Amino acid sequence: MIATLAAAASELDFLAARNQMAVTLGFHIIFAALGIGFPLITLLAHRRGYKHSDPDALRLAQRWGKTMAVLFAVGAVSGTILSFEMGILWPGLMGPFGEVIGLPFALEGVSFFTEAIFIGIYLYGWNRLSARIHYLTLYPIVIAGITGSLFIVSVNAWMNNPAGFTLLADGSVTDVEPLAAMFNAGTTVQYLHMLLAAYMVAGFLVAGVYAWAWLKGRRERIIRLGFTIAFTVAAVAAPLQIVVGDIAARRLIESQPAKFASIELLPETTTNAPLTIGGVLRDGEVVGAIEIPGIGSLLGTFSLDGELPGLDSIPVEDRPSERATNIVHWTFQIMVACGMALLALAAWYAWTWWRRRDLPPNRWFWRASAIAGVVAVIAMETGWITTELGRQPWVAQDVLRTVDAVTPAGGIVWSLLILTIVYLGLGAATLIVLTRIARQFQSGDTVTTPYGPPEGGAHESR
Amino acid sequence: MSLAEVVLIIIWVGVSAYGVFGGADFGGGMWDLVAGPAERGAAPRRLIERSIGPVWEANHVWLIFILVYLWTGFPRAFTAIAVTMYIPLTLAALGIILRGSGFAFRKWARNTEQARFWGAMFAGASLITPFFLGTIAGGVASGRVPSVVGDGDPITSWLNPTSILGGVMAVVMCAFLAAVLLAREAERGHDQDLVTYFRRRALVAGTIAGASTFIGIWVLRADAPDLFDGLTSLPDAVVIGISVIAGLSTLALLSRHAHGTARVTATFATVAILWGWAVGQYPDVLPGYLTIDQAAASDAALIALIGAFVLAGAIAVPALLFLFKLTEEGMLAEGSVASSASTAALLDRLSAESSASQGADEPGA
Repeated sequence: MIATLAAAASELDFLAARNQMAVTLGFHIIFAALGIGFPLITLLAHRRGYKHSDPDALRLAQRWGKTMAVLFAVGAVSGTILSFEMGILWPGLMGPFGEVIGLPFALEGVSFFTEAIFIGIYLYGWNRLSARIHYLTLYPIVIAGITGSLFIVSVNAWMNNPAGFTLLADGSVTDVEPLAAMFNAGTTVQYLHMLLAAYMVAGFLVAGVYAWAWLKGRRERIIRLGFTIAFTVAAVAAPLQIVVGDIAARRLIESQPAKFASIELLPETTTNAPLTIGGVLRDGEVVGAIEIPGIGSLLGTFSLDGELPGLDSIPVEDRPSERATNIVHWTFQIMVACGMALLALAAWYAWTWWRRRDLPPNRWFWRASAIAGVVAVIAMETGWITTELGRQPWVAQDVLRTVDAVTPAGGIVWSLLILTIVYLGLGAATLIVLTRIARQFQSGDTVTTPYGPPEGGAHESR
Repeated sequence: MSLAEVVLIIIWVGVSAYGVFGGADFGGGMWDLVAGPAERGAAPRRLIERSIGPVWEANHVWLIFILVYLWTGFPRAFTAIAVTMYIPLTLAALGIILRGSGFAFRKWARNTEQARFWGAMFAGASLITPFFLGTIAGGVASGRVPSVVGDGDPITSWLNPTSILGGVMAVVMCAFLAAVLLAREAERGHDQDLVTYFRRRALVAGTIAGASTFIGIWVLRADAPDLFDGLTSLPDAVVIGISVIAGLSTLALLSRHAHGTARVTATFATVAILWGWAVGQYPDVLPGYLTIDQAAASDAALIALIGAFVLAGAIAVPALLFLFKLTEEGMLAEGSVASSASTAALLDRLSAESSASQGADEPGA
């Protein structure tokens, strides 16, 4: 009885640990994406303003910089929590493998350091720094975002494609090669996938704010310019993302067949496999799906008779549960659907620009653009659920099971509960502050917000 | 010197940097907390905000640096500490979230009520975060973290006399350091009232810090005799002596209004305490359980860490010095009048030109 209760409690803590990681990472990733993409958009605006003497563009850069400051702060603190959690929640991963995957984390630290330093200089350098130096400080921010995401994503790619060590029978690790671990087989594709996702999320989210203003009847040049700069970044990334995503999915046939089988909802290894749209796996049978014969094989192997691995190719003890398989199948499809919708929107924009050198006049384009950022976030989140849940029961594919990595400590349910409440509050507060920033920029364009109390003497006059 | 020792020294450089830079930022938050009602507290709060603003995120990175180097260089020690100390770590993590977001959000407060709410969040979190980090340090130093993951006591490992001492010392040192730096900052801004304000607080905090050190020695003798023996015998006694002398000199310098030099000695006092802790438990990483050699990762990982540190020295450190130089020169003063070569002035010029050209167009249209 007691043993059963203890087992139930530890099962609950295990779920809590996984969920805590999911909540905190799922929250952070939005800010991380903005931390990578927003500086690029700001750089483009600032560059236009500085090089082409465009006051509207420069004003956009100033507004975006201020918005970026808030987002970057939330991203910095929510990212720190993750490094705590690596040890608190997953000692079984970090104990044996911390030294294998530590190098990219250290290098990411260097990137983040650089980014934080130059963001500080850029944000506070408007008034006194020479315009040239001030403009140039944006470059290290953009570059640090590009390198930082490489290092962090390489760790996740390692979890999907472990390399750079030899595992001994007692579970310890030898022959550590940090560079081989960092540049594992999955790094390049997964990195490009995430980088493009970050540019899409940031581009579509920022553009959405200006699309919203357009729908409310604002037609000033600064609104159109703000939309154009941000949307163009996302629109360029969208088609590239489809190509990279396709390569990433095809890689799974060899590297992670269980994840692939879940994504494609294939219970059995088959040639001439269908493309399965919708549906669920129930007692080993696919039900309620639209199946297009042969197309699954065609997409996966470029041949209608190509063989695709099914769940039956995975040893029973390593097979994902039907529930996990169904979630992975659906999150993947939602991601793809969002990506295709965004590609269509980008194509609409490109077509109009090519034919008429102007933004599309159709209100539906602007309505769609207003929500495109949210769609991009949904795509990114469902993509992460796909790759993380699709790897289960492994935390490091075929090397370490998630259940063996989790902390033996109890009470994780409580920290999950507290952190969830705090993150909900933080998310809500961030939205409120962002709305307030947007409103302030639209109404009066008072760009310096004075420090609060006291009401009267609030203006910085010295 | 072994590779592991080199990495440990690098980690301690990070601990020192976080103690000084991060500590000063936390201390600033504490002085914000006790600055009184909105009106009376406005001037010190504004000075605190201005001095933390451009640098706090960069200063914060040192903590991440420490964590990453610990888990790569000494993975067993890291996981043992993280699992045993998960309660104070989670609380410190909450403090970090609330502090950073409170600080960032306060800028956008609509009115005094909102500013007070975000300000209290920032300032309160600035108090609890170093406290819990200090309790962790106390627990590790007094040998309460066993090397086997899950063997540590989740409560008494950080709720014990040495941990409480660690927490209190962390808070007091942060407050002391911040007050000294803020007095210097006020002096550079030629604000005599604020200079006096922070000098007084620095003297009080310094005195409390000194008193806590002496009380702390008795606490350690009763609660952590091994650590006490380490700290009171050579060579560690020298390090602790340096800290005491530096602390006392700071008080003397402050009363003589030598704020610039006081800043240096206060930094010395803080760094010396941190190195005193390190020397005190050498050669153990987890006292009583795990030595440096036992805890160390493979040579390949250690070499990679040293390489990354050299890279950081080549890239991030010059950038950091650039940031500090600009802050020192007042180049990052947000509220100041724009200089003619700045982007803000450029924007003003361009705006004026474009509205002038629009005005010129209109009659013709």
